[in-house]
Amino acid sequence: MSEPFLIGDGMTGGYGKGPDILHDCTIAVNPGEIAVIVGPNGAGKSTAMKAVFGMLNVRSGAVRLGGEDITKLSPQDRVIKGMGFVPQTSNIFTSMTVEENLEMGAFIRTDDITGTMEQVYDLFPILRDKRNQPAGELSGGQRQQVAVGRALMTQPKVLMLDEPTAGVSPIVMDELFDRIIEVARTGLPILMVEQNAKQALEIADKGYVLVQGRNAYTGTGQELLADPEVRKSFLGG
Amino acid sequence: MDVLNAIVALTNFVMIPAVAYGSQLALGALGVTLIYSILRFSNFAHGDTMAFGTMMTILFTWLFQSWGVSFGPLPTALLALPFGILAAMALVLVTDRTVYRFYRDQKAKPVVFVMVSLGVMFMMNGLVRFIIGPGDQRFADGERFIIKARAFKEMTGLREGLAIKTTQGITVVTAIVVVALLFWFLNRTRTGKSMRAYSDNEDLALLSGINPERVVMYTWLIVATLATIAGVLYGLDKSFKPFTYFQLLLPIFASAIVGGLGSPQGAIAGGFIIAFSEVTITYAWKKVLRYLMPDNLDPDGLVQLMSTDYKFAVSFAILIIVLLFKPTGLFKGKSV
Amino acid sequence: MTDTMKHSLMFAAIALLILLEGLTDWSFFSGSWNSSLVILNMGLISAIMALGVNLQWGFAGLFNVGIMGFTALGGLAVVLTATPPTPGAWSAGGPGVLMAMVMGALTVISAVAVTRVLPKGRLRNFLVLAILVVGFLIYRALFDPSIEAIEEISPAISGNLGGLGWPVILSWPVGGLLAAGAAWLIGKTALGLRSDYLAIATLGIAEIIIAILKNEDWLSRGVKNVVGLPRPVPYEVDLQNDPAYVEWFASLGMDPVLGSTLYVKLGYAVLFSIVLIALLWMAQMALKSPWGRMMRAIRDNEVAARAMGKNVTKRHLQIFVLGSAICGIAGAMMTTLDGQLTPGTYNPLRFTFLIWVMVIVGGSGNNFGSVLGGFLIWFLWIKVEPMSLELITLLTSGLEEGSFLRGHLMENAAHMRLFTMGLILLLVLRFSPRGLIPEK
Repeated sequence: MSEPFLIGDGMTGGYGKGPDILHDCTIAVNPGEIAVIVGPNGAGKSTAMKAVFGMLNVRSGAVRLGGEDITKLSPQDRVIKGMGFVPQTSNIFTSMTVEENLEMGAFIRTDDITGTMEQVYDLFPILRDKRNQPAGELSGGQRQQVAVGRALMTQPKVLMLDEPTAGVSPIVMDELFDRIIEVARTGLPILMVEQNAKQALEIADKGYVLVQGRNAYTGTGQELLADPEVRKSFLGG
Repeated sequence: MDVLNAIVALTNFVMIPAVAYGSQLALGALGVTLIYSILRFSNFAHGDTMAFGTMMTILFTWLFQSWGVSFGPLPTALLALPFGILAAMALVLVTDRTVYRFYRDQKAKPVVFVMVSLGVMFMMNGLVRFIIGPGDQRFADGERFIIKARAFKEMTGLREGLAIKTTQGITVVTAIVVVALLFWFLNRTRTGKSMRAYSDNEDLALLSGINPERVVMYTWLIVATLATIAGVLYGLDKSFKPFTYFQLLLPIFASAIVGGLGSPQGAIAGGFIIAFSEVTITYAWKKVLRYLMPDNLDPDGLVQLMSTDYKFAVSFAILIIVLLFKPTGLFKGKSV
Repeated sequence: MTDTMKHSLMFAAIALLILLEGLTDWSFFSGSWNSSLVILNMGLISAIMALGVNLQWGFAGLFNVGIMGFTALGGLAVVLTATPPTPGAWSAGGPGVLMAMVMGALTVISAVAVTRVLPKGRLRNFLVLAILVVGFLIYRALFDPSIEAIEEISPAISGNLGGLGWPVILSWPVGGLLAAGAAWLIGKTALGLRSDYLAIATLGIAEIIIAILKNEDWLSRGVKNVVGLPRPVPYEVDLQNDPAYVEWFASLGMDPVLGSTLYVKLGYAVLFSIVLIALLWMAQMALKSPWGRMMRAIRDNEVAARAMGKNVTKRHLQIFVLGSAICGIAGAMMTTLDGQLTPGTYNPLRFTFLIWVMVIVGGSGNNFGSVLGGFLIWFLWIKVEPMSLELITLLTSGLEEGSFLRGHLMENAAHMRLFTMGLILLLVLRFSPRGLIPEK
């Protein structure tokens, strides 16, 4: 099996000098795929993603992007390497307009960004209408679109979303998932952490079920949904 | 009743001085508010930064005067201003490198920064007194008035004169230009926007590849510029004395907080609110009322609400009222 | 070496410095016992102030930059308590002033009551405004003629209400009470807001208190100063005229002038030491008591303390008032030592920020640390001037005698003390943020 595009391989580590939260945890995603990390509360889902993004100490194991070892890079350097990250909370500049949010997303780029901005507006048409409004005045779902759009502005090679549907209504959640699928269809690999395990696994090409910082089950979204053990323990039967 | 004369007296003694003073406070408060929104602490050394920039400007003014260089009817200090700004920039950048950066790397609490800024305040204050001495310096030269009271009276035939000092005119014009430039910078340029982004959401700014050290550097450069301009305008309008500049800290903080710490618009509004309140409350209204009241009701006192020495009390009272009823200020500021 | 020994050595070093000031005139020492005792006395007062600030900052993390105001209130207390009443002043304006004060208080109280009772809206705003304006006008109508009447009474020597004519020692606790009252008012409004806001609010109140002292001639004679305040110790002249003392001084090998001045200063030193030791003892007891532990718990984690049901704002108010009261006591002692109240000399750099340097350098959170810091920084404050003068003399020895640069540097050497204090503060904050004697 060839090396996946982005892989956090056998990661063990924790925050700062604190205890290990992840134990030999492996997460990977390939172009065109949506990989979803699910699991019970406190399983280390977000931590696993942050480990891939370089926000905690990985004491053993490695993170590789396109075959290159990036374990030692800071999050900022990983952004430059082509990783786009959407944090779970405070993921937009609330006092700035939608368009300024997108511009700031593209801060590291020195080339013309109008094309990318058009693409983002095509993907999230509502943002085009609200481009001159402060992002803080938008609804929860629209804010998440701004957040994803901001991350897309760097033209990342991989997109990582930390619970993009946290705190939005089910209808908005469905719409957000639709958009995420659309983004994935452009060939961009997407790695995301989700609370809503069932819905997330339905759109996932690959699913990781974490329990206490370890890989418990791994498989395609459909396999995991069909697995009676997974159903029983995590999906409420 | 003589409304016309009353209006002229009001303009002459209240409106014009308050507008000039308000512009100076607004520029000072902008500096405080920028530091607050980017570096996230209340900079107690701001008054002394103003004093340092002004002192350097004065020294250059004296140098130019000794060379016989002048700026025609305008004060020579305006020619010296850029050099004063450069010196202030150098000072704050050195301070940031040697002092503040260490605590930034440590992610120290804001109150530690405030404490550190006290130390910086002491050192700057000592430095200024050491170089120029603690005394009063007047350095305004050139034409003193745009309109003289006598000329105005002759022109209009009114009993009240209207005088506009050159320094007042310069203050207002400079303030407008500086504020316009600042807003253009913050809202239109990439660097300005990155500063706003950093102020809004530090972590996300880092994720977007904004370099915090650059943002901090630009902030200090802008703050040094604003502080020097505010200080020089105040010094031209009144006079330069190191201790007075230290004391300006209170009305400046009051302006920034009343407007909403972290909000540039708020800082400007706050500056004018504080200035107008100070001037109107400590002004002896006898002169204006004399024209408005019927003769038999002529006020016998000065009709001064408070003596001028209480001007700090005025800014303070407004500050307290705003803190009690709207702690984030009139324009929604940040609350860290 | 144990910590206790190390800390005792530090105190011994300060004592040695103060002794050397009297013993030798080498370098920056003056070799005058009078000067040594002056430093000691102000050091004692500074230590008390630092103790008060440490209570607020070290125990509770409250950032008070209005120390000057509380100190000045202490000074006012001396005038109001210890000076003899001005004949006729009370009958001339006393009732009017009191009435005006009551009116002012009533105005504020009724404005607050209206705000509480009425619902939000235009009516409320209008009523509050109306009450304030009318109240202010009545206040001024009562106040102005009364103070004029008071100020007209022999303006050259009094022109103020005068005091109660009590023994001057009593003014020290009164100073504490005055400062406590002011601290209660400011704490009630500004505590519970963000920490920088308390700092700015206290900075403001201090300036206002000074403005009041400078302007309200009927109260404190304003910038005309109140001189010749009564003393708790005998006058030098009286001692010099008392044969018993003269003889005693002679037997110690001192002339009457030197003997009497030293005697008086030592008297102050004893009084101040008693106050310092008493306050230090109380502060230590408080630190070790459950109350002190709770205060530090609140300081270290306010959210957790709040969650445990502690009334954080109330505790903060308590300690803020206590700390300010100590500053008030120290202020009264200082004015007593000076023998005069000079509102024009109160300067925040000297009376607020210097105390902060003392607390930080000594070790915030440790009572002994603040006392040590108080002595050390006061000694430096006095001695930095001769030190920097020596340094500049040394540095400019290459320049010719009459050169401009040299003259300028020599002339302004005095201002080096602010610079040095700032430098010391920054160095301590950077390299030893816990201070000389850290919190246990």
